Formats: sequence, C-alpha cells, structure tokens
Amino acid sequence: MSSRPQRRDLLSVTEISNKMPNITADQIFQLLSQIPDPEIPVININELGILRDVKWDGELCTVVITPTYSGCPAMKVIEDDIKILLKEKGIENVKVDLVYSPAWTTDWINDEAKEKLRAYGIAPPEVTSIDKGLLLGKARHLKCPQCNSENVTMISQFGSTACKALYRCNDCKEPFDYFKCI
Amino acid sequence: MTTQEAKFQYLLRLGDSNLIIGHRLSEWCGAGPILEEDIALINIALDFVGNATALLGYAATVEGNGRTEDDLAYLRNEREFRNLLITEQPNGDYASTITRQFLYDVYTFYLYEALKSSKDETIAALAVKSHKEVTYHLRHTTEWMYRLGDGTAESHERMQNAINDLWMFTGEMFDMDEVDQILIKEGIAPDLNNIKSQWETHVKRVIAEATLQIPTYNFKQKGSKEGKHSEHLGFLLAEMQSVHRAFPGAKW
Ligand SMILES: [Zn+2]
Repeated sequence: MSSRPQRRDLLSVTEISNKMPNITADQIFQLLSQIPDPEIPVININELGILRDVKWDGELCTVVITPTYSGCPAMKVIEDDIKILLKEKGIENVKVDLVYSPAWTTDWINDEAKEKLRAYGIAPPEVTSIDKGLLLGKARHLKCPQCNSENVTMISQFGSTACKALYRCNDCKEPFDYFKCI
Repeated sequence: MTTQEAKFQYLLRLGDSNLIIGHRLSEWCGAGPILEEDIALINIALDFVGNATALLGYAATVEGNGRTEDDLAYLRNEREFRNLLITEQPNGDYASTITRQFLYDVYTFYLYEALKSSKDETIAALAVKSHKEVTYHLRHTTEWMYRLGDGTAESHERMQNAINDLWMFTGEMFDMDEVDQILIKEGIAPDLNNIKSQWETHVKRVIAEATLQIPTYNFKQKGSKEGKHSEHLGFLLAEMQSVHRAFPGAKW
C-alpha cells in the first residue's frame, strides 16, 4: 500500500497556494496535452479526447476529463498525472472533475492521431461511432496495421483493454489490436 | 414518498445490479475457459463496476447525507441492497454465466436506450455512456448463446439447463412499484411494460435461433426491490466487503 508514496502525499495535499495564477487556462490546457495516455503512450490525452476543459475559478484550477469506458482503470492514473504535472509548475490547488456528458466517442480521435495509432500497431477506429449493425456482427473493413491487408479475422471482441478488440491478419499472420468504434 | 426518495431508490436498483453482476464476473478472473474469454469477461466486469461507481455516486449525491459510493457499496447489509435477483446468481458453468449475462444484457440494452431520454440530465448522460458499452456486451453474449446452444449435444444440454434455472429470475425485472410510478410521472424513468415487450421479443428470437426452448413454467422469484434476496447475496457481500470492513477508510 505504500509503494507509491509520492502520489499518496500529493493526493493528501490540502494547503492552498497563496500564489496568484500567472498562467492562463489555455496555456494549462496546452501543458496538459503533453500527458500521454497511460495505456497507449503514442497519443496524448488531448488527441484521445479525454482532456475536455481547463478553468480558473479564483485560485482553484479545475480540469475536466471524461472516461473512454466507464470502468477505464487509466482514469485514476491520468488524474494523478495531471496533479503531478501541475504541481511541478507550482499549481497545487487543483480539482479534477470526471464528467460523463457528452459521452466520449472514437469520433473525437483525429486523423493525425489515428495515423499514430496505426504506426504503433493498433488499427484505428473505422467509420464512425457505434451502430446497430454491430449487434448483427456485420464485418467492418479493417486493415492490418502491419501489411495493410483487409484479409483479417476477429479473435475476440475484447482485447488488452476494454477499448480494443483482438484481430489476426490472415496474410502476414500477425495478431493486432483494433481500437473499437464507440 | 418524495421524488428525491424515489430517485435514490431507483439509482440503488440500477447501481446495485451493475455492481453485483460486475463482482460476479470478476470471480472468473484467471479462471476463464480460454484466455480471450477471461480477458473479455474482466473487461465487461470493469464496465459494470465503473458504471456502478457513477450511479452509486449520484445516488449518494441525491440522498444528500454525506455518504459516498464507497459507503453505499461496502457499508450496507444484504437487506439494503436493491440489485435484481438474477445478478447475484452464482457463475456455475460457462453456460450459466453466459445465459445470466445474456438475459441481463438484453434488459439493460433496452432499459438504457429508454433512459437516454430521461428528464434527469445525469441519468440520461450515464445511460448514453452505458448503452454504448452494453451494445458490445450483448454482442458478445449473443455470439455465445448461438455457439453453445447450437453446438454439441453437451453444450446444448447445459444451455437448456441454464435457461430453465435462470428463467424464474427474469419476471421481477419488469415489476413496478411506487418508485417507478413517481419517476414515470416525472419523465425520469421508463414504463417497464414497454421494456418487457422489447425484451421478450429479442430474447425469444435469440433463444429460438440458438435451437433452445423457453421454459413453460410460470413460477417467478421476486423481492429484490424490497431487499429480499436469494441465499447467494450474503456470501457475495461477505467477500466483496471484507477488506473495507476490516480496514475502515483504507485507501490505496
Ligand atoms: Zn498483415
């Protein structure tokens, strides 16, 4: 239980900094955009659409984030990463709000970030959002991130994390993760 | 009963059902029949527990007595839980787990679809989120209904036994009381009669396509809305709550 003392100390910080904020909400948003997703470190929490907003309320800095999946275990890590980074910049009076509306969607991942996913070996979400065809098991046109073949087979609807499914390429034989549309 | 009291009870019903079925699924961790299924069930369990955290957190806010989602999950006794009876039924064999999940997934698929237009903004927002996840859960369990129902003689027999055993717990999913009546009037909750007809049509179709039969008996187990549970919940809570009760206020 005491394996991560730094974070525990940080979470129990209640002392309010007397310094006036000398950094704008926009600048903080840009700063926090450096934080990588803990599970897919090639894209950051802004590109993924998890980081939603930064607000100054007097001397309190409120950071708004939204989960990809309800039970995403990375959210707690992201919250800690935000507090650590802001503390390094002298901003200690921080509140991280978890909001559920509007619900996160893979539509928020832009083309540039999708390309980073592909280069990392994860097939990015195809088409948009979720549809009822999913229930009927309609095939999607996925490409193997290694060789671009469309000759792929789903191994499991649930991959290494809730947001991914596991596929195999029938041409190059490599298994790969697919970032599911939601 | 005030609207606030009704809403608190309603959120306990939604949140407790997800918490308990999520905990049940977590019991498969490291014991799944194949690695992919082990991973799938634990991902689904995480969705349920995450969703329960949000629902019970909102329940605590609505109640306004300073309790948190952790207090509600770990410091209530069996008779205070409002989860549906089907969610606490033991995992049994894989046929039982898949059948329990399927019957509940179809229910939540239509329930959360309806709750997306709840006049309570928080409930509506959580329903939008959950419905996306439930769609994947339902796809997963539906595939297994076909695979095991229309599989070998043994898998077919086990599936039919599971349906026969679990069917008696499905009736109470659609029971309505004063809580529902108040919230239906306020536009916060849907009329469960509508959910029932959608559920029946969907479940009957899949069960028939999986070459299985709906049981003919009409016997129905009920009581979860008043906190009356089957003998299984007490054991589940004893395990789920033991660490929190042994080390009150523990954090890590
Ligand atoms: Zn390939």
